Amino acid sequence: MFLKEYIKDVYNGVTSLLKGMRKTGYYFFHTKEIITEQYPDNRDTLKLAERFRGEVVMLHDENNEHACTGCTACELACPNGTIKVITKFDMTPEGKKKKAVDTFIYHLELCTMCNLCVEACPTGAISMAQNFEHSVYDRNKLTKRLNKPGSKVREGVE
Amino acid sequence: MFSLEGITKTIQDWLFSSFSPTVALLIECAIIILLAIALFALLGLVLVLMERKVAAHIQIRLGPNRVGPGGMFQTVADTVKLIMKEGLTPDMADKFLFNLAPFIVMIVAMLLLAPIAFAKNFQIWDINIGVLYVSAVSSLSVIGILMAGWASNNKYSLLGAMRSGAQIVSYELSAGLAILSVVVLTGSLQISDIIESQKDGWWLFKGHIPVIIAFVIFLIAVTAETNRAPFDLAEAESELTAGFHTEYSGMRFAFFFLAEYINIFIVCSIGATLFLGGWMPLHIGNWESFNHLMDYIPSSVWFMGKTFFLIFLIMWFRWTFPRLRVDQLLNLEWKYLLPISLFNILLVTLIAIMGWHF
Repeated sequence: MFLKEYIKDVYNGVTSLLKGMRKTGYYFFHTKEIITEQYPDNRDTLKLAERFRGEVVMLHDENNEHACTGCTACELACPNGTIKVITKFDMTPEGKKKKAVDTFIYHLELCTMCNLCVEACPTGAISMAQNFEHSVYDRNKLTKRLNKPGSKVREGVE
Repeated sequence: MFSLEGITKTIQDWLFSSFSPTVALLIECAIIILLAIALFALLGLVLVLMERKVAAHIQIRLGPNRVGPGGMFQTVADTVKLIMKEGLTPDMADKFLFNLAPFIVMIVAMLLLAPIAFAKNFQIWDINIGVLYVSAVSSLSVIGILMAGWASNNKYSLLGAMRSGAQIVSYELSAGLAILSVVVLTGSLQISDIIESQKDGWWLFKGHIPVIIAFVIFLIAVTAETNRAPFDLAEAESELTAGFHTEYSGMRFAFFFLAEYINIFIVCSIGATLFLGGWMPLHIGNWESFNHLMDYIPSSVWFMGKTFFLIFLIMWFRWTFPRLRVDQLLNLEWKYLLPISLFNILLVTLIAIMGWHF
């Protein structure tokens, strides 16, 4: 029936509008929900979203060991050549040759923080850090070596 | 007790005792003009800041908070910036109309101040057709808007002005019918009579559901008439840059901006007068002691409180609802609001005739 449809239309319209107003009204009266970060003022207490990605880092433990086997999966996954892995061959105690990472070069100035390298890594050696204050006066400082000097691959990581 | 009535009476007595009646009247006019301009400037600053703060909090932001304590002087700084900017007139524009349009919009807004009762016996001009005057004059502002759009020689401006025209002409109908329902209940077009009739309860409470429906329709219609979101397609930023005031800059842009906010204030004060009792404190029937207690709050505070509550509602609409398309806009008016308000006014008339209201 036409009139029934009409009244239903009006009712649905009004209730859906009220639902929206309830949500925004909740935000208006609950000031603790405000997500604005007054950045330079609150540098110490800054809260970043969990998914925020600032740069690629390689995780090292207290023995200066990392999990990178030098497989170059990240280098292949990177869409714009940000990562360059220089590998070397180590000798195992049994006398076998084993591939290992020599220098993990990361070009921050090319990186788009797409997270593909982290997803490609089979051993979880690299991850995304949340540091975003990257500005420097010299462009060369943006090319970083991620494996710390003297570090080696952790025992048992293949 | 503080009352604006006493102040105006003292000034009037003093003027008429020390000058001839003609001079005294002229001086009074000058005082009123000054007060109106001061009110305009103040309202512009306060309402723009309020809008930005309300918008920010609804969108989980902080809003302006750098200029002055809590960002209080942000709008003052903005105004200073606008005054210092160059007021450019486009080359191919109709210079005369282009420069005239902002003033017409402002003058219409100023004329509308006349019948509004700001406090008990504090009213510029209590004409016996106050409500009719308001609804007649408020539709004049569309002329200023059309003039601005036409004279700018810019297709966006013209489109914005045309949309604004269509919008104001159609929503004027249901706004008028909503106003009429209160007029029917009161039996008078005079603002002071309408307020007086609400001394034992506001019409919103006395008039049952039909008046509540009329109130909602009034709110929707005035939101559309003042060209605010969700009906802001006259200046839809994403389609028409700024609609009819695309080509304006500097102080003349500020006039349009100011007129928009003044119009919001005026329609909200009309709404407060008609449905929420204007300066009349919250009185409930025969509860003598309660009514007496409410009388201790000055009438100007009641009026401003109600008006700003309605302004907040309209701002709340703006930052919640998405903008309507032009066909949806006209559908809403001609298919929903107008039939409902026509039916509603029948109900209100029935209530008025049978005396069913309190």
